[in-house]
Amino acid sequence: MKAFTVEQGIVAPMDRANIDTDMIIPKQFLKSIKRTGFGPNLFDELRYLDVGQPGMDNSKRPLNESFVLNQPRYQGASVLLARENFGCGSSREHAPWALDDYGFRAVIAPSFADIFYNNCFKNGLLPIVLDDAIVDQLFSEVAATEGYQLTVDLSEQVVVTPGEERFAFEVDAFRKHCLLNGLDDIGLTLQEADKIKNYEQQRKAVTPWLFADV
Amino acid sequence: MGKTLYDKLWDAHVVDTRDDGTSLLYIDRQLLHEVTSPQAFEGLRIAGRKPWRIAANLATPDHNVPTSAAERTQGINGIADPVSKIQVQTLDDNCNEFGVMQFAMGDQRQGIVHVVGPEQGATLPGMTVVCGDSHTATHGAFAALAHGIGTSEVEHVLATQCLLQRKMKNMLVQVNGKVGPGITGKDIVLHVIGVIGTAGGNGCAIEFAGEAIRDLSMEGRMSVCNMAIEAGARVGLVAVDEKTIDYLKDRPFAPKAEQWQQAVDYWRTLVSDADAQFDKVVEINASDIEPQVSWGTSPEMVVPVSGKVPALAQAKSDVQRKDWQRAYEYMGLAPEQSIESIQLDRVFIGSCTNSRIEDIRAAAAVAKGRKVASSVKQAMVVPGSGLVKAQAEAEGLHEVLLEAGFEWREPGCSMCLAMNADRLGAGEHCASTSNRNFEGRQGFGGRTHLVSPAMAAAAAIAGHFVDVRTMVEEA
Ligand code: SF4
Repeated sequence: MKAFTVEQGIVAPMDRANIDTDMIIPKQFLKSIKRTGFGPNLFDELRYLDVGQPGMDNSKRPLNESFVLNQPRYQGASVLLARENFGCGSSREHAPWALDDYGFRAVIAPSFADIFYNNCFKNGLLPIVLDDAIVDQLFSEVAATEGYQLTVDLSEQVVVTPGEERFAFEVDAFRKHCLLNGLDDIGLTLQEADKIKNYEQQRKAVTPWLFADV
Repeated sequence: MGKTLYDKLWDAHVVDTRDDGTSLLYIDRQLLHEVTSPQAFEGLRIAGRKPWRIAANLATPDHNVPTSAAERTQGINGIADPVSKIQVQTLDDNCNEFGVMQFAMGDQRQGIVHVVGPEQGATLPGMTVVCGDSHTATHGAFAALAHGIGTSEVEHVLATQCLLQRKMKNMLVQVNGKVGPGITGKDIVLHVIGVIGTAGGNGCAIEFAGEAIRDLSMEGRMSVCNMAIEAGARVGLVAVDEKTIDYLKDRPFAPKAEQWQQAVDYWRTLVSDADAQFDKVVEINASDIEPQVSWGTSPEMVVPVSGKVPALAQAKSDVQRKDWQRAYEYMGLAPEQSIESIQLDRVFIGSCTNSRIEDIRAAAAVAKGRKVASSVKQAMVVPGSGLVKAQAEAEGLHEVLLEAGFEWREPGCSMCLAMNADRLGAGEHCASTSNRNFEGRQGFGGRTHLVSPAMAAAAAIAGHFVDVRTMVEEA
């Protein structure tokens, strides 16, 4: 997993509550055998004017010009700003995969759906909960300034605006540790690699046949 | 205090226990198939990780492979469904890239993972075995600690050879006495699920014991452990005895020469100690067990073939009443209708529960000299592996089955979950030797009745359910 320390990037505002996982990545894209490549279909139904299917050449599809991610000023955005209950719906990990594949590193909202919130941490994406009033303020600042960027500092647990305003956010200490160090479950287990190797040595002495190659 | 078999297996595999009570459990064997492995390999690639011990893994495509000879002769290119084809091709590519041993399509050793592992001696007593498939419990018949896992865990095992786990509770299902003639492992396990319910084993590792279990062949024990998951338990177990050891001798991946004796000595310790304590004990009288037929949409909705669809008044709770009402409707059955009156449209003999040589023999014994009823649209027999198929053909069983009007297919999961072209039409009743009778499991609107292979063959001949024991006596 990619480590998350400090991210400075363009903010894309999605002024909408209850954005569900089906909106983030529609179900016809879940048959894929990959966990990458979902970026072009992120928010597919909002982003394109036609109905998306796997295997289409997305560069040839008609764009919904008014959708935020299609507007020139938000190209290259890495911070997504949204309203409450972001990520509700199914437990599919495809939702954070799609956001990550598109290039987002952090999502700021007043609240998140539980499973989605957890899934983000497993996939190197930082979900940030800020007060309604602060989110409101950020929405107006983004609208007012083209190229508006925020700095997200995970170790300090702050979001810093271009005007040097600092908004603190909460994050579970264990999850913070994992994200700062780029440790997913596998990364954590691999920190115990020596114990695993020791175990293998001991077992090999007692039950050698278990270590024969298939 | 003594240890249960599960305690012994668990203790032998704990690498580390964390403060929150979760343990890092070492995994000896991972079985891979095409449906739940692609994103795991992809994850490794993205993170730039290498598999920890690649030689611990064994792969074979099964869920998606077509079972018609015509499609099979062209290998992967012969798969008509594009999504299935991509999945099977991806497994092939991943195995080649990472160096995983694979029994690919066209290899005689290919088959359903849970048939292939034991058949090859790749499943051994005392092992931890995982696979991205809930019926991994099957391997517990060899006193291996085996359970199904999700895709992110498949990746975790590939990368670390370990799994994060919490210890389960110990449950003993003791089947006392002997079963009557014609009663199989499948009947025993369906009966047990009928008694304890689909939540009966929640949070537990179930050890199956008692004379009736000891009397079963390894094939029969695999059918029993296979359905531990339908009883709510992720793990089913049977202790090691001479049958276990005999079955494994000279299998391709079983230990050889001096290691064989060393292994056998160790395996003999893999039994629950006499003074071991179980958290839960259920005793079953083997002589009570009749051939079983499931009537509803959950494996616990099961009755003896001589019985009837239960009346609403027999339901034990409001929840059960609602479930039953919905099941009557979905299955198109009336309360108190006799099981023998249920007419069948299709018959499926196969799946990781019942597609081993003993199952095919049982079906052929019933089919011999008889014909599938004209009212039955299709009766298919799908062997669990290429080797089972070859063995059956060497014994001439396929001729008996073909002669009677059964189809003889290529190995795979087939109509068990209808991921390939083999499936039920809406409203069709099917006598099936698989393990799940959920709504739509074998095709949209399909009506599945779970039975043993002999009972399925008897139903195919009669066109409706019938007590196979009457037919065997006639013969
Ligand atoms: S036969 Fe059925 S239950 Fe067994 S592995 Fe295949 S799909 Fe799963």
